[in-house]
Amino acid sequence: MFKKHILTTPEVSSLQRQKLRAAFWFLAPMLLVLFCVAAWPLLRSIYFSFTNTSLTNLYGGEWVGFKNYLTWKTFSSGRTIYSGTLADPAWWNAVWNTVRFAVVSVSLETIIGLMVALVLNAEFKGRGLVRAAILIPWAIPTIVSAKMWAWMFNDQFGIINDMLLSVGLIDHKIAWTANLDTAMLSVLIVDIWKTTPFMALLCLAGLQMIPRDMYESAKIDGVHPIKVFFQVTLPLVKPALMVAVIFRTLDALRMFDLIYVLTPNSKATKTMSILSRENLIEFDKFAYGSAQSTLLFAIIAIFVALYIWLGKLDLSGEKS
Amino acid sequence: MTNKALFKKAAFYSVVVVIVLISVFPFYYAILTSLKTGSDLFKVNYFPSSFNFSNYIDVLNNGQFIRNTLNSVFIASTTVIFALFLAVTASYALARVRFKGRGLLLMAILAISMFPQIAVLAGLFELIRFIGIYNTPWAMILSYTIFTLPFTVWVLTTFMRDLPVEIEEAAIVDGATPWVIITQIFMPLLWPALVTTGLLAFIGAWNEFLFALTFTASETMRTVPVAIAMLSGSSQYETPWGLIMAASVLVTIPLVILVLIFQRKIVSGLTAGGVKG
Repeated sequence: MFKKHILTTPEVSSLQRQKLRAAFWFLAPMLLVLFCVAAWPLLRSIYFSFTNTSLTNLYGGEWVGFKNYLTWKTFSSGRTIYSGTLADPAWWNAVWNTVRFAVVSVSLETIIGLMVALVLNAEFKGRGLVRAAILIPWAIPTIVSAKMWAWMFNDQFGIINDMLLSVGLIDHKIAWTANLDTAMLSVLIVDIWKTTPFMALLCLAGLQMIPRDMYESAKIDGVHPIKVFFQVTLPLVKPALMVAVIFRTLDALRMFDLIYVLTPNSKATKTMSILSRENLIEFDKFAYGSAQSTLLFAIIAIFVALYIWLGKLDLSGEKS
Repeated sequence: MTNKALFKKAAFYSVVVVIVLISVFPFYYAILTSLKTGSDLFKVNYFPSSFNFSNYIDVLNNGQFIRNTLNSVFIASTTVIFALFLAVTASYALARVRFKGRGLLLMAILAISMFPQIAVLAGLFELIRFIGIYNTPWAMILSYTIFTLPFTVWVLTTFMRDLPVEIEEAAIVDGATPWVIITQIFMPLLWPALVTTGLLAFIGAWNEFLFALTFTASETMRTVPVAIAMLSGSSQYETPWGLIMAASVLVTIPLVILVLIFQRKIVSGLTAGGVKG
């Protein structure tokens, strides 16, 4: 309202112009830096994916088109051989691992996080202490938690095997992180342990915005608590929850550090990020790894676009 | 009725106890392990059995670990100061000046903070080699800007949007330029937000692994997470669990203390930024 008023007088509109000019100079350094560290490297990575650049010869790459993505050769015998990332079983295994990890971890983290938030939203003695306690997993560096859990999951001397053996849930020691059947499960356990606090705190912030008298009146009307949860609480925390879910999903889709340390080189847990870095840096298939990182970027970009479009999310907060 | 209420209360508190136990136990167990040496390590205990600080002494006497910690401190603080410096003015423009494409710009900044770090790895590697900062702390300081800067801009913008308009209007009437408004009027009000944002960005930089692993080659240049991930014993078949746990506890305790001191602020910063640390 004030600004509209300002615009009517020419003298103050020069003030507005001054403000706009200042805004430009305030934004320019940040935009320049972001261009250098984000946009330019991203464009270069995409460019590399269409060349045959190698780690030892960064500037000697030649344009090869879609060869790193998909290419085929038909022999005179009529047999066609496909090669490139999209025909690589290791890539599809990584895609499947990443998607499976993201879906399971984010859904469980959301459900458990919401439950923990409901507990913390109740008034009880020692609530501050509990909230401090659940912040601890969040505060521990990922690499440290991976090492801590790797020790707890240790096949010979680990405390998890000891606990499960003593209550009789298992009858022999399990190599949790090395075994292909349990590697993903161990990664999921650690990730859920580490990230649920984040979800719980975001949910709690959403819950605390719901006015207390809404619950009071529901109680007076004798509405069953479960019905209150689904008809009052859930719709009201949904916006906060939607934002938390997209952040967590994006984080899960780019998962690297925890798996790299907890289950190194396990086929059962290798994600797109890990496979891509392996090709980029360790196997000297620089261009091939770039193609994989570009595909991951494309997958995430499509996912975000769909999510914002379908969920009609207002992430920038401009409309509120 | 009272029995039922009592039962309900007991059930509730047991849920609370389970939540606390699960959250705290792994860290507790790491401390327990770090105090054990030799064959004690391979006996499972639930309560402290020995208080042997030799793992800590070994870690601290190993010059490498101190060097790695100093690397991490230097990299994380420089990154944060750099990001905050650029973000304060930028977020004033984004929060307080209306211009065309502001919403789009905000979305682009948010998108950068969310996109997968692996997608820029190849390009950054080339850039870092080109400038000649490979295997120096500057490689990390440059690459960490990709997540600390968008994050700080985003959170400070939401904080600044909530500052009362009246203060700014009064300043404009008194003839204050935007620069004066930021440095003289908004900065004192923004201190709590700056501390929170800085702390969260610091934790993010402190914990980063992918870039630190890729852009360092020698042991002396490693940051703490890479050093812990690579810590190995005298032979490759023997993992020095006691040492690893001692190092882990040492780098985690400062973070835990900071987080507990600033817990309320951190929660509000996280809600505004919605970014995992």
